[in-house]
Amino acid sequence: MDFQQVIDTDGRIEPRDQMPDAYRQTLVRQIAQHAHSEIIGMQPEGNWITRAPSLRRKAILVAKVQDEAGHGLYLYGAAETLGVDRAELLDLLHAGRQKYSTIFNYPTTSWADVAAIGWLVDGAAIMNQVPLTRCSYGPYARAMTRICKEESFHQRQGFEAMTVLSRGTAAQQQMAQDALDRWWWPALMMFGPPDAASPNSAQSMAWGIKRFGNDELRQRFVDATVPQAEFLGLTVPDPALSWDGEHHRSGEIDWTEFAEVMKGNGPCNRQRLEFRQQAHADGAWVREAAQAYASKHRPVA
Amino acid sequence: MLWEVFVRSRRGLSHTHVGSLHADDAHLALRNARDVYTRRQEGTSIWVVPAAQIVASSPDEKDAFFDPAGDKPYRHPTFYDVPEGLTHL
Repeated sequence: MDFQQVIDTDGRIEPRDQMPDAYRQTLVRQIAQHAHSEIIGMQPEGNWITRAPSLRRKAILVAKVQDEAGHGLYLYGAAETLGVDRAELLDLLHAGRQKYSTIFNYPTTSWADVAAIGWLVDGAAIMNQVPLTRCSYGPYARAMTRICKEESFHQRQGFEAMTVLSRGTAAQQQMAQDALDRWWWPALMMFGPPDAASPNSAQSMAWGIKRFGNDELRQRFVDATVPQAEFLGLTVPDPALSWDGEHHRSGEIDWTEFAEVMKGNGPCNRQRLEFRQQAHADGAWVREAAQAYASKHRPVA
Repeated sequence: MLWEVFVRSRRGLSHTHVGSLHADDAHLALRNARDVYTRRQEGTSIWVVPAAQIVASSPDEKDAFFDPAGDKPYRHPTFYDVPEGLTHL
């Protein structure tokens, strides 16, 4: 079977199959960007590990941040099956030539932000990622299956932490509301620009990389999340939010903000990239030591 | 160095390929595999194999390579008619 036949019959493309160059490049770009998002995403939450309000919350947060590192590794592994090297991809990230999700350029200014990230950011990520488990490229789909299984704990722990705050003191309730105010719109932007303004969407759909449009997934997220906010007794920061009998319709998204964060002008873009570059540089001696040890103990042929 | 990782999820099952990882030696590869692929008790045994050591059939010639089995339906039990009413066949 050639490439198009596999795609037309909803089959899966595997690493050494023939595939169009543009398909390969699209996947490398998307999987790399996804992997980068996972490891950059460790920073906003890692920021709160030492200040988690209890040992229980701390253990949960450590496990979650460790999962994000693992997810990055699964995805770099999937990208490497397309003939690129992980080290190259990291170099491109560090040089600012490959992107990661704009959501991680926002700061976590209170503990409630950690809760809101689990609830909203991981919730949005799951909405985006579940369809990717049926992506036409086998290794990416398999990595996503693994990730989705682990991700649902991320969302639940966040929602649980939000629940505790929203049933707490007036000050804690205010913390929860403030966090929802900060993260709601950036979470909606995670689904990407409207389909009409998303140049690569149609091709990705035709290739079976993407299964649903940005707007449809965003709508599903709004429909799923608004009742959860109501349960928490919190107000979604969107005065135009309305119910049309079938769906919760949100107001206009400020796409200029999205464009600015994408361009590097979000609140934390520089900090996130510099921290990553520093972490990579700080780890150099570990990589060198492992290499030296391995070459010293390599059996002589 | 790239390693392919295989995990036996529980006794009685074969090792199954779960993904790959980087490590400079076999010992580190095993430890990394434990941390990356079995954080939730997904395994009771792990194999790591240098990716370069795996010999694979080529997808380009897969039709010709697997062809010989294509015209031998008589290797399957469904090839044979079982007379109505008979069992244990």
